[in-house]
Amino acid sequence: MSLTQQVLKGDRLALSRLLTLVENNSPEGRAALAELFSHTGKAHLIGVTGSPGTGKSSLVNQLVLQYRKMDQKKVAVIAVDPSSPFTGGAVLGDRVRMRDLSGDDGVFIRSMASRGSVGGIAQTTAALAQVFDAAGYEIIIIETVGAGQSEVEIARLAHTTLVVEAPGLGDDIQAIKAGILEIADVLVINKADRPGVEHTERALRSSLELARPVSRVYHHGQAMTVKAHKPPPNTWIPPINKTIATDGSGIAKVIESIANHMQYLRTSGEWNARERARLRSETEALVRDTLMTQFLKGLPEGAFESALERVFSHSLSPIEAAQFLAQTERPQTPRATKEQP
Amino acid sequence: MSEHTIRVLVAKPGLDGHDRGAKVVARALRDAGMEVIYTGLRQTPEMIAEAALQEDVDVVGLSILSGAHMALAPRIMELLKANGQDQVKVFMGGIIPDEDMPRLKAMGITGIYGPGASTEEIVKEIREATKS
Ligand code: B12
Ligand SMILES: Nc1nc2c(ncn2[C@@H]2O[C@H](COP(=O)(O)OP(=O)(O)OP(=O)(O)O)[C@@H](O)[C@H]2O)c(=O)[nH]1
Ligand SMILES: [Mg+2]
Repeated sequence: MSLTQQVLKGDRLALSRLLTLVENNSPEGRAALAELFSHTGKAHLIGVTGSPGTGKSSLVNQLVLQYRKMDQKKVAVIAVDPSSPFTGGAVLGDRVRMRDLSGDDGVFIRSMASRGSVGGIAQTTAALAQVFDAAGYEIIIIETVGAGQSEVEIARLAHTTLVVEAPGLGDDIQAIKAGILEIADVLVINKADRPGVEHTERALRSSLELARPVSRVYHHGQAMTVKAHKPPPNTWIPPINKTIATDGSGIAKVIESIANHMQYLRTSGEWNARERARLRSETEALVRDTLMTQFLKGLPEGAFESALERVFSHSLSPIEAAQFLAQTERPQTPRATKEQP
Repeated sequence: MSEHTIRVLVAKPGLDGHDRGAKVVARALRDAGMEVIYTGLRQTPEMIAEAALQEDVDVVGLSILSGAHMALAPRIMELLKANGQDQVKVFMGGIIPDEDMPRLKAMGITGIYGPGASTEEIVKEIREATKS
Protein backbone atom coordinates (compact mmCIF):
# COMPACT_ATOMS: atom_id res chain seq x y z
CA MET A 1 0.00 0.00 0.00
CA SER A 2 1.34 3.45 -0.87
CA LEU A 3 2.05 6.04 1.78
CA THR A 4 -0.91 8.19 0.72
CA GLN A 5 -3.27 5.21 0.90
CA GLN A 6 -2.01 4.46 4.40
CA VAL A 7 -2.57 8.09 5.36
CA LEU A 8 -6.12 8.01 4.00
CA LYS A 9 -6.75 4.86 6.02
CA GLY A 10 -5.74 6.67 9.20
CA ASP A 11 -2.23 5.30 9.78
CA ARG A 12 -0.56 7.81 12.10
CA LEU A 13 3.03 6.78 11.44
CA ALA A 14 2.45 7.08 7.69
CA LEU A 15 0.87 10.49 8.26
CA SER A 16 3.86 11.61 10.29
CA ARG A 17 6.33 10.46 7.63
CA LEU A 18 4.34 12.13 4.90
CA LEU A 19 4.32 15.37 6.89
CA THR A 20 8.13 15.24 6.90
CA LEU A 21 8.32 14.62 3.15
CA VAL A 22 5.97 17.53 2.53
CA GLU A 23 7.74 19.80 5.01
CA ASN A 24 11.02 19.12 3.20
CA ASN A 25 9.34 19.83 -0.15
CA SER A 26 10.63 16.53 -1.50
CA PRO A 27 9.45 15.14 -4.86
CA GLU A 28 7.59 12.31 -3.06
CA GLY A 29 5.92 14.89 -0.85
CA ARG A 30 4.81 16.95 -3.82
CA ALA A 31 3.47 13.90 -5.64
CA ALA A 32 1.53 12.87 -2.53
CA LEU A 33 0.04 16.36 -2.19
CA ALA A 34 -1.22 16.16 -5.74
CA GLU A 35 -2.72 12.75 -5.06
CA LEU A 36 -4.39 13.88 -1.85
CA PHE A 37 -5.82 17.13 -3.19
CA SER A 38 -9.20 15.68 -4.10
CA HIS A 39 -9.64 14.68 -0.44
CA THR A 40 -9.12 18.21 0.87
CA GLY A 41 -11.41 21.17 1.42
CA LYS A 42 -13.33 19.86 4.42
CA ALA A 43 -11.30 21.21 7.31
CA HIS A 44 -11.79 24.42 9.25
CA LEU A 45 -8.38 26.10 9.57
CA ILE A 46 -8.03 28.21 12.69
CA GLY A 47 -4.98 30.45 13.10
CA VAL A 48 -3.74 31.50 16.53
CA THR A 49 -1.33 34.43 16.58
CA GLY A 50 -0.13 37.11 19.00
CA SER A 51 2.93 38.38 20.82
CA PRO A 52 5.37 35.96 22.48
CA GLY A 53 4.19 34.55 25.78
CA THR A 54 0.60 35.75 25.58
CA GLY A 55 -0.54 32.16 26.08
CA LYS A 56 -1.17 30.93 22.54
CA SER A 57 -0.07 27.36 23.21
CA SER A 58 -1.98 27.20 26.49
CA LEU A 59 -5.05 28.46 24.67
CA VAL A 60 -4.65 25.90 21.89
CA ASN A 61 -4.42 23.20 24.56
CA GLN A 62 -7.77 24.32 26.00
CA LEU A 63 -9.45 24.75 22.63
CA VAL A 64 -8.52 21.23 21.59
CA LEU A 65 -9.69 19.77 24.92
CA GLN A 66 -13.00 21.51 24.43
CA TYR A 67 -13.42 20.45 20.80
CA ARG A 68 -12.67 16.87 21.70
CA LYS A 69 -15.31 16.98 24.44
CA MET A 70 -17.89 18.41 22.04
CA ASP A 71 -17.82 15.82 19.28
CA GLN A 72 -15.87 13.16 17.46
CA LYS A 73 -14.04 15.45 15.06
CA LYS A 74 -10.32 14.81 14.83
CA VAL A 75 -8.15 17.82 15.63
CA ALA A 76 -4.67 18.61 14.32
CA VAL A 77 -2.33 21.25 15.71
CA ILE A 78 0.55 22.74 13.73
CA ALA A 79 2.77 24.74 16.08
CA VAL A 80 5.37 26.95 14.41
CA ASP A 81 8.42 28.32 16.24
CA PRO A 82 11.29 30.34 14.80
CA SER A 83 14.45 28.85 13.32
CA SER A 84 17.72 30.47 14.29
CA PRO A 85 18.80 32.68 11.39
CA PHE A 86 22.42 31.81 12.16
CA THR A 87 22.46 28.04 12.50
CA GLY A 88 19.12 27.03 11.00
CA GLY A 89 18.42 25.06 14.18
CA ALA A 90 15.41 25.55 16.41
CA VAL A 91 13.99 24.69 19.79
CA LEU A 92 10.30 23.98 19.34
CA GLY A 93 8.67 24.32 22.76
CA ASP A 94 4.95 24.67 22.18
CA ARG A 95 4.21 21.05 23.14
CA VAL A 96 5.20 21.81 26.72
CA ARG A 97 1.82 23.54 27.16
CA MET A 98 -0.17 20.86 25.37
CA ARG A 99 0.50 17.91 27.61
CA ASP A 100 -3.21 17.48 28.43
CA LEU A 101 -3.74 16.36 24.85
CA SER A 102 -1.53 13.30 25.03
CA GLY A 103 -3.16 9.90 24.96
CA ASP A 104 -5.97 11.02 22.64
CA ASP A 105 -5.82 9.28 19.25
CA GLY A 106 -8.09 11.92 17.77
CA VAL A 107 -5.44 14.59 18.25
CA PHE A 108 -2.21 15.02 16.29
CA ILE A 109 0.29 17.73 17.22
CA ARG A 110 3.11 18.61 14.88
CA SER A 111 5.82 21.15 15.67
CA MET A 112 7.40 23.01 12.82
CA ALA A 113 10.35 25.40 12.50
CA SER A 114 9.86 28.53 10.41
CA ARG A 115 12.97 27.67 8.35
CA GLY A 116 13.75 31.18 7.23
CA SER A 117 10.19 32.28 6.55
CA VAL A 118 9.30 35.64 8.09
CA GLY A 119 5.51 35.74 7.94
CA GLY A 120 4.92 33.83 11.19
CA ILE A 121 4.45 30.45 9.52
CA ALA A 122 6.76 28.29 7.43
CA GLN A 123 6.78 27.95 3.66
CA THR A 124 5.17 24.51 3.85
CA THR A 125 2.70 25.12 6.69
CA ALA A 126 -0.19 25.36 4.22
CA ALA A 127 0.86 22.09 2.63
CA LEU A 128 1.00 20.36 6.02
CA ALA A 129 -2.52 21.61 6.71
CA GLN A 130 -3.61 20.07 3.40
CA VAL A 131 -2.22 16.71 4.43
CA PHE A 132 -4.11 16.85 7.74
CA ASP A 133 -7.24 17.89 5.87
CA ALA A 134 -6.96 14.90 3.54
CA ALA A 135 -6.30 12.62 6.52
CA GLY A 136 -9.68 13.57 7.95
CA TYR A 137 -8.72 16.17 10.54
CA GLU A 138 -11.71 18.49 10.39
CA ILE A 139 -10.30 21.08 12.75
CA ILE A 140 -6.75 22.28 12.15
CA ILE A 141 -5.29 24.81 14.56
CA ILE A 142 -2.14 26.63 13.51
CA GLU A 143 -0.10 28.45 16.15
CA THR A 144 2.22 31.01 14.57
CA VAL A 145 5.63 32.20 15.67
CA GLY A 146 4.90 34.76 18.37
CA ALA A 147 6.20 37.79 16.57
CA GLY A 148 3.27 40.08 17.27
CA GLN A 149 3.90 41.90 14.03
CA SER A 150 1.57 41.93 11.11
CA GLU A 151 1.40 38.22 10.48
CA VAL A 152 -0.70 38.41 7.36
CA GLU A 153 0.37 34.99 6.12
CA ILE A 154 -1.75 33.25 8.72
CA ALA A 155 -4.81 35.32 7.82
CA ARG A 156 -4.37 34.25 4.21
CA LEU A 157 -4.16 30.59 5.17
CA ALA A 158 -6.67 30.29 8.01
CA HIS A 159 -10.43 30.60 7.70
CA THR A 160 -10.63 32.09 11.18
CA THR A 161 -7.76 33.97 12.81
CA LEU A 162 -7.53 34.42 16.57
CA VAL A 163 -5.32 37.22 17.85
CA VAL A 164 -4.23 36.68 21.44
CA GLU A 165 -3.35 39.59 23.70
CA ALA A 166 -2.53 39.66 27.40
CA PRO A 167 -2.64 42.42 29.98
CA GLY A 168 0.56 43.94 31.26
CA LEU A 169 2.63 43.45 28.16
CA GLY A 170 4.20 46.78 28.96
CA ASP A 171 3.11 49.16 26.31
CA ASP A 172 -0.41 48.14 25.30
CA ILE A 173 -0.70 50.74 22.59
CA GLN A 174 2.45 49.41 20.94
CA ALA A 175 1.27 45.83 21.20
CA ILE A 176 -2.10 46.55 19.69
CA LYS A 177 -1.00 47.62 16.29
CA ALA A 178 -3.55 48.20 13.60
CA GLY A 179 -1.92 45.56 11.37
CA ILE A 180 -2.56 42.71 13.73
CA LEU A 181 -6.09 43.90 14.43
CA GLU A 182 -6.92 43.91 10.76
CA ILE A 183 -6.23 40.21 10.53
CA ALA A 184 -8.22 39.33 13.67
CA ASP A 185 -11.52 37.53 13.26
CA VAL A 186 -11.70 36.81 16.98
CA LEU A 187 -9.79 38.69 19.67
CA VAL A 188 -8.76 36.97 22.87
CA ILE A 189 -7.51 38.71 25.98
CA ASN A 190 -5.81 35.87 27.77
CA LYS A 191 -4.45 35.94 31.33
CA ALA A 192 -7.68 37.57 32.47
CA ASP A 193 -6.60 36.65 36.00
CA ARG A 194 -3.91 39.31 35.75
CA PRO A 195 -4.39 42.97 36.66
CA GLY A 196 -4.94 45.40 33.81
CA VAL A 197 -7.54 43.41 31.83
CA GLU A 198 -9.98 46.33 31.66
CA HIS A 199 -7.23 48.59 30.40
CA THR A 200 -6.27 46.12 27.67
CA GLU A 201 -9.91 45.67 26.72
CA ARG A 202 -10.46 49.42 26.44
CA ALA A 203 -7.31 49.83 24.35
CA LEU A 204 -8.40 46.97 22.09
CA ARG A 205 -11.89 48.35 21.61
CA SER A 206 -10.68 51.78 20.66
CA SER A 207 -8.03 50.48 18.24
CA LEU A 208 -10.65 48.16 16.81
CA GLU A 209 -12.98 51.05 16.11
CA LEU A 210 -10.18 52.86 14.33
CA ALA A 211 -9.26 49.81 12.29
CA ARG A 212 -12.82 48.75 11.52
CA PRO A 213 -15.45 51.44 11.88
CA VAL A 214 -18.51 50.23 13.75
CA SER A 215 -22.02 51.47 12.99
CA ARG A 216 -23.62 53.38 15.78
CA VAL A 217 -27.17 54.15 16.74
CA TYR A 218 -28.33 57.07 18.78
CA HIS A 219 -30.37 56.46 21.87
CA HIS A 220 -31.42 59.19 24.26
CA GLY A 221 -28.97 61.42 22.51
CA GLN A 222 -26.02 59.16 23.29
CA ALA A 223 -23.94 57.27 20.79
CA MET A 224 -24.17 53.55 21.35
CA THR A 225 -22.33 50.80 19.58
CA VAL A 226 -24.61 48.38 17.79
CA LYS A 227 -24.46 45.14 19.72
CA ALA A 228 -22.76 42.14 18.19
CA HIS A 229 -26.01 40.11 18.06
CA LYS A 230 -27.39 42.52 15.49
CA PRO A 231 -24.58 43.45 13.11
CA PRO A 232 -25.32 45.07 9.77
CA PRO A 233 -25.61 42.37 7.11
CA ASN A 234 -22.36 41.04 5.67
CA THR A 235 -20.01 42.60 8.17
CA TRP A 236 -18.14 40.78 10.85
CA ILE A 237 -17.16 42.61 14.00
CA PRO A 238 -14.39 40.72 15.80
CA PRO A 239 -15.69 39.80 19.23
CA ILE A 240 -13.42 40.23 22.23
CA ASN A 241 -13.23 37.22 24.54
CA LYS A 242 -11.49 37.05 27.90
CA THR A 243 -9.85 33.80 28.93
CA ILE A 244 -7.64 32.18 31.51
CA ALA A 245 -5.91 29.52 29.47
CA THR A 246 -4.30 27.91 32.49
CA ASP A 247 -7.68 26.86 33.94
CA GLY A 248 -10.00 26.95 30.92
CA SER A 249 -12.15 29.94 31.91
CA GLY A 250 -13.80 31.64 28.95
CA ILE A 251 -12.85 28.94 26.44
CA ALA A 252 -16.47 28.02 25.67
CA LYS A 253 -17.09 31.59 24.57
CA VAL A 254 -14.08 31.50 22.23
CA ILE A 255 -15.38 28.27 20.69
CA GLU A 256 -18.75 29.97 20.22
CA SER A 257 -17.10 32.99 18.55
CA ILE A 258 -15.20 30.68 16.19
CA ALA A 259 -18.44 28.86 15.32
CA ASN A 260 -20.21 32.18 14.71
CA HIS A 261 -17.40 33.30 12.46
CA MET A 262 -17.64 30.06 10.50
CA GLN A 263 -21.39 30.64 10.15
CA TYR A 264 -20.72 34.17 8.92
CA LEU A 265 -18.17 32.92 6.39
CA ARG A 266 -20.67 30.43 5.01
CA THR A 267 -23.71 32.69 4.83
CA SER A 268 -21.91 35.76 3.50
CA GLY A 269 -20.17 33.88 0.70
CA GLU A 270 -16.85 34.86 2.22
CA TRP A 271 -15.86 31.20 2.65
CA ASN A 272 -16.04 30.57 -1.08
CA ALA A 273 -14.37 33.86 -1.87
CA ARG A 274 -11.46 33.07 0.45
CA GLU A 275 -11.06 29.52 -0.82
CA ARG A 276 -11.05 30.70 -4.41
CA ALA A 277 -8.55 33.48 -3.72
CA ARG A 278 -6.26 31.10 -1.87
CA LEU A 279 -6.38 28.40 -4.54
CA ARG A 280 -5.94 30.97 -7.27
CA SER A 281 -2.78 32.43 -5.75
CA GLU A 282 -1.43 28.93 -5.07
CA THR A 283 -2.04 27.91 -8.68
CA GLU A 284 -0.59 31.14 -10.02
CA ALA A 285 2.56 30.70 -7.97
CA LEU A 286 3.00 27.18 -9.29
CA VAL A 287 2.42 28.27 -12.88
CA ARG A 288 5.03 30.97 -12.39
CA ASP A 289 7.52 28.45 -11.00
CA THR A 290 6.87 26.00 -13.81
CA LEU A 291 7.17 28.61 -16.54
CA MET A 292 10.32 30.01 -14.97
CA THR A 293 11.93 26.56 -14.89
CA GLN A 294 10.93 25.88 -18.49
CA PHE A 295 12.09 29.30 -19.61
CA LEU A 296 15.50 28.97 -17.97
CA LYS A 297 15.94 25.51 -19.49
CA GLY A 298 15.21 26.91 -22.93
CA LEU A 299 17.79 29.70 -22.76
CA PRO A 300 21.22 29.29 -24.34
CA GLU A 301 23.90 28.15 -21.93
CA GLY A 302 24.98 31.00 -19.61
CA ALA A 303 22.58 33.60 -21.09
CA PHE A 304 20.82 34.20 -17.79
CA GLU A 305 24.05 34.58 -15.83
CA SER A 306 25.61 36.96 -18.32
CA ALA A 307 22.48 39.13 -18.30
CA LEU A 308 22.60 39.08 -14.50
CA GLU A 309 26.23 40.22 -14.58
CA ARG A 310 25.22 43.21 -16.68
CA VAL A 311 22.50 44.02 -14.15
CA PHE A 312 25.04 43.74 -11.32
CA SER A 313 27.32 46.22 -13.09
CA HIS A 314 24.31 48.51 -13.66
CA SER A 315 24.77 48.50 -17.42
CA LEU A 316 21.35 46.88 -17.86
CA SER A 317 18.24 47.38 -15.74
CA PRO A 318 16.37 44.32 -14.46
CA ILE A 319 13.44 45.23 -16.72
CA GLU A 320 15.69 45.41 -19.77
CA ALA A 321 17.38 42.17 -18.80
CA ALA A 322 14.02 40.40 -18.59
CA GLN A 323 12.96 41.80 -21.97
CA PHE A 324 16.27 40.89 -23.52
CA LEU A 325 16.09 37.32 -22.21
CA ALA A 326 12.49 36.93 -23.35
CA GLN A 327 13.60 37.87 -26.88
CA THR A 328 16.72 35.72 -26.83
CA GLU A 329 16.56 32.94 -29.34
CA ARG A 330 15.74 29.57 -27.89
CA PRO A 331 18.42 27.07 -28.92
CA GLN A 332 16.13 24.10 -29.79
CA THR A 333 13.11 25.24 -31.73
CA PRO A 334 13.92 28.48 -33.54
CA ARG A 335 17.47 27.52 -34.49
CA ALA A 336 16.41 24.16 -35.84
CA THR A 337 14.20 25.85 -38.41
CA LYS A 338 16.99 28.14 -39.57
CA GLU A 339 19.39 25.33 -40.35
CA GLN A 340 18.94 24.34 -43.98
CA PRO A 341 18.28 20.72 -44.72
CA MET B 1 16.72 19.94 -1.74
CA SER B 2 19.29 20.41 0.97
CA GLU B 3 20.16 17.54 3.27
CA HIS B 4 17.57 16.34 5.76
CA THR B 5 17.37 18.42 8.93
CA ILE B 6 17.93 16.26 12.00
CA ARG B 7 14.90 16.35 14.30
CA VAL B 8 15.40 15.47 17.96
CA LEU B 9 12.87 15.04 20.74
CA VAL B 10 14.31 16.09 24.09
CA ALA B 11 12.24 14.81 26.97
CA LYS B 12 12.49 14.39 30.71
CA PRO B 13 10.77 11.21 31.79
CA GLY B 14 10.08 10.57 35.44
CA LEU B 15 9.27 12.86 38.29
CA ASP B 16 12.46 14.81 39.04
CA GLY B 17 12.75 18.48 38.21
CA HIS B 18 16.40 18.59 37.11
CA ASP B 19 15.92 20.22 33.72
CA ARG B 20 19.18 22.13 33.33
CA GLY B 21 20.97 19.36 31.48
CA ALA B 22 18.04 18.82 29.09
CA LYS B 23 17.95 22.53 28.31
CA VAL B 24 21.72 22.76 27.83
CA VAL B 25 21.63 19.83 25.43
CA ALA B 26 18.56 21.21 23.58
CA ARG B 27 20.33 24.51 23.01
CA ALA B 28 23.55 22.85 21.89
CA LEU B 29 21.67 20.77 19.33
CA ARG B 30 19.85 23.84 18.07
CA ASP B 31 23.17 25.65 17.72
CA ALA B 32 24.38 22.70 15.69
CA GLY B 33 21.51 23.29 13.25
CA MET B 34 19.13 20.60 14.49
CA GLU B 35 15.42 21.03 15.18
CA VAL B 36 14.72 20.15 18.77
CA ILE B 37 11.23 19.43 20.03
CA TYR B 38 11.32 20.16 23.73
CA THR B 39 8.52 18.57 25.73
CA GLY B 40 9.46 19.56 29.26
CA LEU B 41 9.24 17.83 32.59
CA ARG B 42 7.39 14.79 33.90
CA GLN B 43 6.81 12.94 30.68
CA THR B 44 5.51 9.40 30.84
CA PRO B 45 6.98 6.81 28.46
CA GLU B 46 3.63 6.87 26.62
CA MET B 47 3.80 10.63 26.15
CA ILE B 48 7.36 10.39 24.86
CA ALA B 49 6.57 7.65 22.35
CA GLU B 50 3.49 9.51 21.15
CA ALA B 51 5.43 12.75 20.66
CA ALA B 52 8.22 10.88 18.83
CA LEU B 53 5.62 9.43 16.47
CA GLN B 54 3.80 12.69 15.77
CA GLU B 55 7.04 14.61 15.27
CA ASP B 56 8.69 11.94 13.11
CA VAL B 57 11.99 12.50 14.89
CA ASP B 58 15.30 10.89 14.01
CA VAL B 59 16.48 10.92 17.61
CA VAL B 60 14.89 10.70 21.04
CA GLY B 61 16.98 12.27 23.82
CA LEU B 62 16.17 11.39 27.41
CA SER B 63 17.44 13.26 30.43
CA ILE B 64 17.11 11.34 33.69
CA LEU B 65 18.71 12.41 36.96
CA SER B 66 16.26 10.71 39.30
CA GLY B 67 17.78 7.25 39.27
CA ALA B 68 14.69 5.76 37.62
CA HIS B 69 16.37 5.12 34.27
CA MET B 70 16.27 1.32 34.56
CA ALA B 71 12.49 1.46 34.94
CA LEU B 72 11.82 4.13 32.31
CA ALA B 73 14.22 3.27 29.49
CA PRO B 74 12.97 -0.26 28.71
CA ARG B 75 9.36 0.89 28.52
CA ILE B 76 10.24 3.74 26.15
CA MET B 77 12.25 1.42 23.91
CA GLU B 78 9.36 -1.04 23.86
CA LEU B 79 6.80 1.63 22.90
CA LEU B 80 8.97 3.09 20.14
CA LYS B 81 9.28 -0.38 18.69
CA ALA B 82 5.56 -1.07 19.00
CA ASN B 83 4.87 2.13 17.07
CA GLY B 84 7.13 1.03 14.23
CA GLN B 85 9.87 3.50 15.09
CA ASP B 86 12.72 1.02 15.50
CA GLN B 87 14.93 3.22 13.36
CA VAL B 88 14.85 6.09 15.88
CA LYS B 89 18.15 6.49 17.74
CA VAL B 90 17.89 6.95 21.48
CA PHE B 91 20.39 9.02 23.46
CA MET B 92 20.40 9.47 27.17
CA GLY B 93 22.03 11.62 29.83
CA GLY B 94 21.95 12.47 33.51
CA ILE B 95 23.00 10.43 36.52
CA ILE B 96 23.56 6.95 35.13
CA PRO B 97 25.86 4.65 37.13
CA ASP B 98 28.51 2.84 35.10
CA GLU B 99 27.19 -0.58 36.07
CA ASP B 100 23.86 0.13 34.31
CA MET B 101 25.47 1.08 31.01
CA PRO B 102 25.86 -2.41 29.51
CA ARG B 103 22.19 -3.25 30.06
CA LEU B 104 21.07 0.09 28.62
CA LYS B 105 23.25 -0.41 25.57
CA ALA B 106 21.88 -3.91 25.17
CA MET B 107 18.38 -2.42 25.06
CA GLY B 108 19.49 -0.46 22.02
CA ILE B 109 20.37 2.90 23.53
CA THR B 110 22.96 4.49 21.28
CA GLY B 111 24.75 6.96 23.55
CA ILE B 112 24.85 7.61 27.30
CA TYR B 113 26.35 10.72 28.92
CA GLY B 114 26.96 11.84 32.48
CA PRO B 115 27.74 15.11 34.29
CA GLY B 116 30.32 17.21 32.48
CA ALA B 117 29.81 15.49 29.13
CA SER B 118 30.91 17.69 26.24
CA THR B 119 28.04 18.93 24.11
CA GLU B 120 30.31 18.92 21.05
CA GLU B 121 30.81 15.23 21.60
CA ILE B 122 27.04 14.72 21.87
CA VAL B 123 26.42 16.69 18.65
CA LYS B 124 29.08 14.73 16.83
CA GLU B 125 27.74 11.37 17.91
CA ILE B 126 24.14 12.27 17.04
CA ARG B 127 25.27 13.34 13.58
CA GLU B 128 27.22 10.12 13.22
CA ALA B 129 24.30 7.95 14.30
CA THR B 130 21.78 9.62 11.98
CA LYS B 131 23.92 9.43 8.87
CA SER B 132 21.95 7.36 6.40
C1 B12 C 1 21.46 21.57 40.21
C2 B12 C 1 20.94 20.37 40.99
C3 B12 C 1 19.67 20.49 41.54
C4 B12 C 1 18.77 21.71 41.30
C5 B12 C 1 18.05 21.50 39.95
C6 B12 C 1 17.79 22.77 39.20
C7 B12 C 1 17.24 22.47 37.83
N1 B12 C 1 16.17 23.15 37.47
O1 B12 C 1 17.75 21.68 37.06
C8 B12 C 1 17.84 21.59 42.54
C9 B12 C 1 18.43 22.39 43.67
C10 B12 C 1 16.40 22.05 42.30
C11 B12 C 1 17.95 20.10 42.86
C12 B12 C 1 17.02 19.45 43.61
C13 B12 C 1 17.12 18.11 43.96
N2 B12 C 1 18.17 17.28 43.70
CO1 B12 C 1 19.62 17.78 42.61
N3 B12 C 1 21.26 18.15 41.79
C14 B12 C 1 21.71 19.20 41.14
C15 B12 C 1 23.16 18.95 40.71
C16 B12 C 1 24.08 19.61 41.76
C17 B12 C 1 23.58 19.43 39.35
C18 B12 C 1 22.62 19.04 38.21
C19 B12 C 1 22.81 19.96 37.05
O2 B12 C 1 21.99 20.83 36.78
N4 B12 C 1 23.93 19.81 36.34
C20 B12 C 1 24.26 20.62 35.19
C21 B12 C 1 23.79 19.92 33.92
C22 B12 C 1 24.19 20.73 32.69
O3 B12 C 1 24.37 18.67 33.87
P1 B12 C 1 23.57 17.33 33.64
O4 B12 C 1 22.15 17.43 33.95
O5 B12 C 1 24.32 16.20 34.22
O6 B12 C 1 23.65 17.17 32.04
C23 B12 C 1 24.82 16.82 31.36
C24 B12 C 1 24.93 15.33 31.10
O7 B12 C 1 24.33 14.54 32.10
C25 B12 C 1 24.31 15.12 29.78
N5 B12 C 1 22.87 15.04 29.65
C26 B12 C 1 21.88 15.36 30.50
N6 B12 C 1 20.68 15.18 29.93
C27 B12 C 1 20.90 14.73 28.71
C28 B12 C 1 20.02 14.38 27.68
C29 B12 C 1 20.52 13.94 26.47
C30 B12 C 1 19.58 13.59 25.38
C31 B12 C 1 21.91 13.82 26.28
C32 B12 C 1 22.43 13.34 24.99
C33 B12 C 1 22.78 14.18 27.30
C34 B12 C 1 22.28 14.64 28.50
O8 B12 C 1 24.73 16.27 29.09
C35 B12 C 1 24.71 17.39 29.97
C36 B12 C 1 25.82 18.32 29.58
O9 B12 C 1 27.04 17.86 30.02
C37 B12 C 1 23.24 17.38 40.80
C38 B12 C 1 24.62 16.80 41.09
C39 B12 C 1 25.40 16.58 39.85
N7 B12 C 1 26.69 16.76 39.95
O10 B12 C 1 24.89 16.26 38.78
C40 B12 C 1 22.24 17.07 41.90
C41 B12 C 1 21.52 15.75 41.89
C42 B12 C 1 21.10 15.42 40.46
N8 B12 C 1 20.33 16.01 42.71
C43 B12 C 1 20.00 15.01 43.45
C44 B12 C 1 18.89 15.03 44.33
C45 B12 C 1 18.74 13.80 45.22
C46 B12 C 1 18.02 16.12 44.40
C47 B12 C 1 16.81 16.26 45.32
C48 B12 C 1 15.95 15.00 45.42
C49 B12 C 1 17.35 16.69 46.67
C50 B12 C 1 16.33 16.71 47.79
N9 B12 C 1 16.45 15.75 48.65
O11 B12 C 1 15.48 17.59 47.83
C51 B12 C 1 16.04 17.43 44.71
C52 B12 C 1 14.96 16.95 43.74
C53 B12 C 1 14.15 18.12 43.19
C54 B12 C 1 13.17 17.68 42.13
N10 B12 C 1 12.06 18.37 42.03
O12 B12 C 1 13.37 16.78 41.41
C55 B12 C 1 20.91 13.85 43.27
C56 B12 C 1 20.31 12.70 42.45
C57 B12 C 1 20.70 11.35 43.03
C58 B12 C 1 20.41 10.18 42.13
N11 B12 C 1 19.88 10.29 40.96
O13 B12 C 1 20.73 9.10 42.53
C59 B12 C 1 22.18 14.52 42.64
C60 B12 C 1 22.97 13.60 41.70
C61 B12 C 1 23.07 15.00 43.79
C62 B12 C 1 23.67 13.83 44.57
N12 B12 C 1 24.89 13.53 44.29
O14 B12 C 1 23.02 13.26 45.38
N13 B12 C 1 19.06 19.57 42.35
N1 LIG D 1 -1.58 33.81 34.82
C1 LIG D 1 -1.77 33.24 33.63
N2 LIG D 1 -0.72 32.68 33.00
C2 LIG D 1 -0.93 32.10 31.80
C3 LIG D 1 -2.21 32.06 31.20
N3 LIG D 1 -2.09 31.45 30.01
C4 LIG D 1 -0.81 31.10 29.85
N4 LIG D 1 -0.09 31.49 30.95
C5 LIG D 1 1.35 31.31 31.17
O1 LIG D 1 2.06 32.14 30.27
C6 LIG D 1 3.29 31.52 29.86
C7 LIG D 1 3.36 31.45 28.35
O2 LIG D 1 2.34 30.62 27.86
P1 LIG D 1 2.39 29.93 26.44
O3 LIG D 1 1.10 29.23 26.24
O4 LIG D 1 3.63 29.16 26.28
O5 LIG D 1 2.46 31.23 25.52
P2 LIG D 1 2.75 31.35 23.95
O6 LIG D 1 2.06 32.56 23.49
O7 LIG D 1 2.42 30.07 23.29
O8 LIG D 1 4.31 31.56 23.92
P3 LIG D 1 5.30 31.49 22.65
O9 LIG D 1 4.88 30.32 21.82
O10 LIG D 1 6.63 31.32 23.27
O11 LIG D 1 5.13 32.79 21.95
C8 LIG D 1 3.29 30.15 30.52
O12 LIG D 1 4.04 30.23 31.70
C9 LIG D 1 1.83 29.90 30.85
O13 LIG D 1 1.64 29.04 31.93
C10 LIG D 1 -3.32 32.67 31.91
O14 LIG D 1 -4.46 32.69 31.46
N5 LIG D 1 -3.03 33.24 33.11
MG1 LIG E 1 3.62 28.81 22.10
